[in-house]
Amino acid sequence: MSVLSLAASRTFRGVSLKIPRMLFSLLPNDGYSITNLHSKRISWPQSHGANTTRLLSSQPLNQKIPKVATWEPVPEDQLPPPAHIPADLVDKLERLALVDFRTKQGLACLEEAIRFADQLHVVDTTGVEPMDSVLEDRVLYLREDAVMEGDCAEKLLQLSKSTVEEYFVAPPGNIPLPKREERTAMLKNSEF
Amino acid sequence: MAASCVAASELLNNIKQISVLCPKASYAVRAVSTSSPQCHAQLPQRARSAPQQLVGVVGLEIHAQINSSTKLFSGAPVRFSAPPNSLVSFFDASLPGTLPVLNKRCVEAAVMTGLALNCAINRKSLFDRKHYFYADLPAGYQITQQRLPIAVDGVLTYSLLGGKKRNQVMRKNVTIKQIQLEQDSGKSLHDDVRSQTLIDLNRAGVGLMELVMEPDMSCGEEAAAAVRELQLILQALGTCQGNMSEGQLRVDANVSVHRPGEPLGVRTEVKNINSIRYLARAIDYEIQRQIDVLQRGGTVQNETRAYDSKSGETLPMRDKEGLQDYRFMPEPNLPPLILYEDNASLPTGIDACQVVVVQKIKEGLPELPSVKRDRLVQTYGILPEHSFTLVNEDGLVDYFEAVLKTTKKEPRKVIGWVTNELLGHLKQEDMSVCQSPISPSALAELLELQETGHISSSVAKQVFQKMWRSPGKTALQITQEQDLGLVSDTAQLHSICQKVVDSHPDEVHAIRSGNKKVLNKLMGLVQKETKGRADPVLVRAILQKKTS
Repeated sequence: MSVLSLAASRTFRGVSLKIPRMLFSLLPNDGYSITNLHSKRISWPQSHGANTTRLLSSQPLNQKIPKVATWEPVPEDQLPPPAHIPADLVDKLERLALVDFRTKQGLACLEEAIRFADQLHVVDTTGVEPMDSVLEDRVLYLREDAVMEGDCAEKLLQLSKSTVEEYFVAPPGNIPLPKREERTAMLKNSEF
Repeated sequence: MAASCVAASELLNNIKQISVLCPKASYAVRAVSTSSPQCHAQLPQRARSAPQQLVGVVGLEIHAQINSSTKLFSGAPVRFSAPPNSLVSFFDASLPGTLPVLNKRCVEAAVMTGLALNCAINRKSLFDRKHYFYADLPAGYQITQQRLPIAVDGVLTYSLLGGKKRNQVMRKNVTIKQIQLEQDSGKSLHDDVRSQTLIDLNRAGVGLMELVMEPDMSCGEEAAAAVRELQLILQALGTCQGNMSEGQLRVDANVSVHRPGEPLGVRTEVKNINSIRYLARAIDYEIQRQIDVLQRGGTVQNETRAYDSKSGETLPMRDKEGLQDYRFMPEPNLPPLILYEDNASLPTGIDACQVVVVQKIKEGLPELPSVKRDRLVQTYGILPEHSFTLVNEDGLVDYFEAVLKTTKKEPRKVIGWVTNELLGHLKQEDMSVCQSPISPSALAELLELQETGHISSSVAKQVFQKMWRSPGKTALQITQEQDLGLVSDTAQLHSICQKVVDSHPDEVHAIRSGNKKVLNKLMGLVQKETKGRADPVLVRAILQKKTS
């Protein structure tokens, strides 16, 4: 935890950096989350805390945002009721991710991830301007309009399984995923 | 490639058809106009008398390819009809590890276009990812500006020619909701025989300006006039070449019908429109189709329809099933795009190559078509509708002004020659102004011959025809060779007039009993006799004397 706190040079940046990482690894919920419930659990030297203006934000720093990262367990009763994932949504997610996860283990993993993220609902963000990106204060580099690259058809076409003359070859249109029932039957026979 | 060739040849056909249908079609607005009862239904007088009539409501989404040397986020070249996949960087092919690098020229083009359309330019704008899966979009998402676009809230002012003679200029406005920067996709060629799709990524990543127009239009003619005006503005700015057949300007129309005062009806989106004339036709067809559906008691489906230029119909596209979820998300690889109002607002120490200053672009704006038209009307005293003709035709203003430089003929007399004779001939042979076999100075010489009384106006037209067919010969040469000079030999004219008077006693009697108009008939007969070469002033005087 102290490593996480040190990494958070700005409190809210720490928030947006760390949570996705946890979601990715689908860590089990340890009951701890980042909140702004005015906890004074960790005090930080004032000189660091003052360095929290957002250059490109249209508003001055919101009072609600703590000057330093704070950590506090969120009791289960403060969370919204657990989300149920309807079969149609599983279908859609599988289609978008091109990953099949409708096994008992897969669904449990997804539900746990959602439950973990549910803690964010407890954070009061009214009036806080969302960040666009953790890079929002960086200068966007602008390139001069001069040709630098692009003449590499041969190299690119080599990467493709199927080509005709200098074209890539793709199947005609999008291939629709099989219907849910058909997929269930297919999955039964697969190793997953 | 094959598809684009087809589109191009189709366009050539259109141009020919336009000139065949209306040989005097001297401006695009008229050329694209179609009979559209819906359009006029919204005129205030009619609307009051028939409040229950269904009228069309049209909004447009326009994709304009930015005229730049390289793509929006990569240094690969932008060129039409290059060998497939020869203009593709690793980023355009979305190879792992590549990142977008924004092209400054594209930003400046969007700002310039925004300024020309009276938009508010956002000091800060954001990039987003719009996800969909298609083989010509290798990343699986398009980088666009959904949340905060570069320019918002503009107005495009365009004009329609109305009234019985179609010579009344009616000014109209359409609100530009926003202009956003985004990437173009690649091209798919569908090979149905072998059931495969060939992918060319040359266009993938080319910079686009998407212009979203509010549904302020009511028929195809208005939409066509608005798009034509936009095309002229983009071409004047140089931010987009605006060639619809090459896909540099792509127009999708949102069409619905309702009764004025009631909420808008269910809309359809009409795609696959590749010329301004088809735009007008597709919209008018779609409005009529929806009116028919409603009048039969049916309901209009919210769907995407494609325009088939062969049948003139719009047909449902089976492409999308239901509402598509694009899963918009902020583009994590691009921080916000910041623009600066003027040099004074630049942060200290910033690299001058790295900033886009709105004020500087504003100062560099060229003369816009509407300003040019007003200038032409004021400077030369020509009619407003003539200024439309001049500005609508690429290069015609320069031609007109070049003619004026070398002739003393009044601009108001020259304009007819340029917009009728010259443009009529050009249209008939499907040529552009710069291909004209008659140069501005050659036309000026011809007009000078007429102006100084060497040839009559009808002979001048004959000489023009001959000059057209034998380029290089001057008007004077043709006049002398063919003996077309004005006959002002009084004795010769006297004898011709005498012959006419002698052979038409009834007419002479009518004139003598007070019907002076009949004199014109005799004048015509004399001109016929002299093949239009007689000096009309002299002839009139002689005839008056002989019939008094």
